[in-house]
Amino acid sequence: MMNKQGRPTDINTAASLSPESFTTHTGNRGLEQDELLIYEIGDTQRTGVDLEDLPVFESRLCGITRDNEIGLAGLSEPEALRHYTRLSRKNYAIDMGLYPLGSCTMKHNPRINEKVARLPGLADIHPLQPISTVQGALELMDRLAHWLKTLTGMPAVAMSPKAGAHGELCGLMAIRAALDKRGENRTIVLAPESAHGTNPATAALCGYKVKSIPANKAGRVDLRALKDALGPDVAAIMLTNPNTCGLFERDIIDIADAVHAAGGYFYCDGANFNAIVGKVRPGDLGVDAMHINLHKTFSTPHGGGGPGAGPVVLSEALAPFAPVPYVVHGEDGFALVEHVTGGGDSFGRMTAFHGQMGMNIRALAFMMSHGSDGLARVAEDSVLNANYVMASLQDIMTLSFEGPCMHECLFDDRFLEGTGVTTLDFAKAMIDEGYHPMTMYFPLVVHGAMLIEPTESESKQSVDQFIGALRHLVAQAKSGNSALFTGAPYLAPLKRLDETLAARNPVLRWRKED
Amino acid sequence: MTTYYSEEHEWISIEGETGTIGITEYAQNALGDIVFIEVPEVGNNYDKGDEIAVVESVKAASEIYTPVGGEVIAINESLESDPALVNAHPETDGWFYKISISDKDELDELMNAAAYKAYIDGLE
Repeated sequence: MMNKQGRPTDINTAASLSPESFTTHTGNRGLEQDELLIYEIGDTQRTGVDLEDLPVFESRLCGITRDNEIGLAGLSEPEALRHYTRLSRKNYAIDMGLYPLGSCTMKHNPRINEKVARLPGLADIHPLQPISTVQGALELMDRLAHWLKTLTGMPAVAMSPKAGAHGELCGLMAIRAALDKRGENRTIVLAPESAHGTNPATAALCGYKVKSIPANKAGRVDLRALKDALGPDVAAIMLTNPNTCGLFERDIIDIADAVHAAGGYFYCDGANFNAIVGKVRPGDLGVDAMHINLHKTFSTPHGGGGPGAGPVVLSEALAPFAPVPYVVHGEDGFALVEHVTGGGDSFGRMTAFHGQMGMNIRALAFMMSHGSDGLARVAEDSVLNANYVMASLQDIMTLSFEGPCMHECLFDDRFLEGTGVTTLDFAKAMIDEGYHPMTMYFPLVVHGAMLIEPTESESKQSVDQFIGALRHLVAQAKSGNSALFTGAPYLAPLKRLDETLAARNPVLRWRKED
Repeated sequence: MTTYYSEEHEWISIEGETGTIGITEYAQNALGDIVFIEVPEVGNNYDKGDEIAVVESVKAASEIYTPVGGEVIAINESLESDPALVNAHPETDGWFYKISISDKDELDELMNAAAYKAYIDGLE
């Protein structure tokens, strides 16, 4: 067999032969190697380090020394290295291919970001170093803060929140502090049905009762229902724009005005800011607080690849309540305000230090390497790619809401009706085609959701291949080849896992066999 | 024994002043394989519409809202070790809790079997 370019580089010929003829002694299948747990590989007789024998010494542990073996497995350096390299080869990563996980924005992590983040002057510093020795790092945070404020049109930013949901908490704590200062005890936070699950969770954590706002037929907030829900009890609305259906909330200014008129605050979930960066300033839309997922919009690694970061921009009304610490321009250069001084309105401190420095560096590198025109192109190209996917699939898959969409497009499972294939099966078959599945079963407002976000990282060739794979799968499902789906994945290192059994009887601990 | 249904797909069957509550066949089918159920504590009081239990399936976590108010007088302890009971027998062995109904007028806002069937047919 030849590959698509006519070269004899056939993938997985063995799969077409009977498995029995390829039973191997090791359990490996060529480069696809079987992997044991690290405890099953190592033993206590081996080690990767050569420690000097301890001289005779007097223990000062007063009888609390351990008297049994810990039994931790020892491995030589090559064994440990191979274990993790083999595991990584079973994984799917943005560095291997298109990663269409909607709402997660799995865009390319430019290597210039990594290079800058590893500069010793940034990588080797410590938060407890004297301020005079880290002026460059503080300047970097200050400059990033400046650009975040500029891009959002907001007067203040809290840099310390460490992820999107942490940013939501920061925003709602600022709102609660502002309401406390006004002497008002508002108890309700409104969130649309399609909200990220973290929105109601954040509101509940802050002691608010969550009231859900239904969507209209166009997949957007029902303005009338929202206005009916507003009142003197409502502290805030939490709204994502573009929303989780990948649609721009066209009524956003009316929504902001209505919330403000009722005395509430407008929290915008900025998870999808990547679709509008450089094009729309949330400050112009009436937003009071919004977190920015640096790891989505500004490409810092996430999803197992690294921590996130969720700085929160704040309006004039909420700025006084921002948490410490924050960077200020002092007489002797930059300084950090670490404490709430007498009479200050700051709601306090959320983190030990000033935030996720490594992510700050990468985000600023992304901004500066793109420039303001480049950032606008990020939004344009991510929206273009998603609309291209939508337009190329909507004749055979069922689009949930009429386009155009923003950075992601939402399909539901109506096109699979009668095929015996579910959204889950369809997603598993995508693994056999060499793709990470799209987001499935979210948002909950449509049945069997499939949310696809190609991001701006993909070329037309790459998106075309993805579309081709999906069109092929849809055709197979509709032609009655349900076995291709219900048993998928067939070609992955591990086949269909029993998620139900795993959830009902999780085995979380390895025990040595006696 | 009369059974009523809510728009949130709970059923409640009435015996005297006691209501036994669970989720419907339609609900378990929509949820898929159920992996965890959190039931209320006996002795707690709830108002109609309060969140009283949580069902976690492989697809989603959903709250259960009590269709009537009152005091919880019994819970189905089998559900902790065997949540799959709800998938297998949602409207019999898979019941969630029993409640001492504080106001039977609240039942008037629920549907009978025929009205509920028409309701779910309309959802298809």
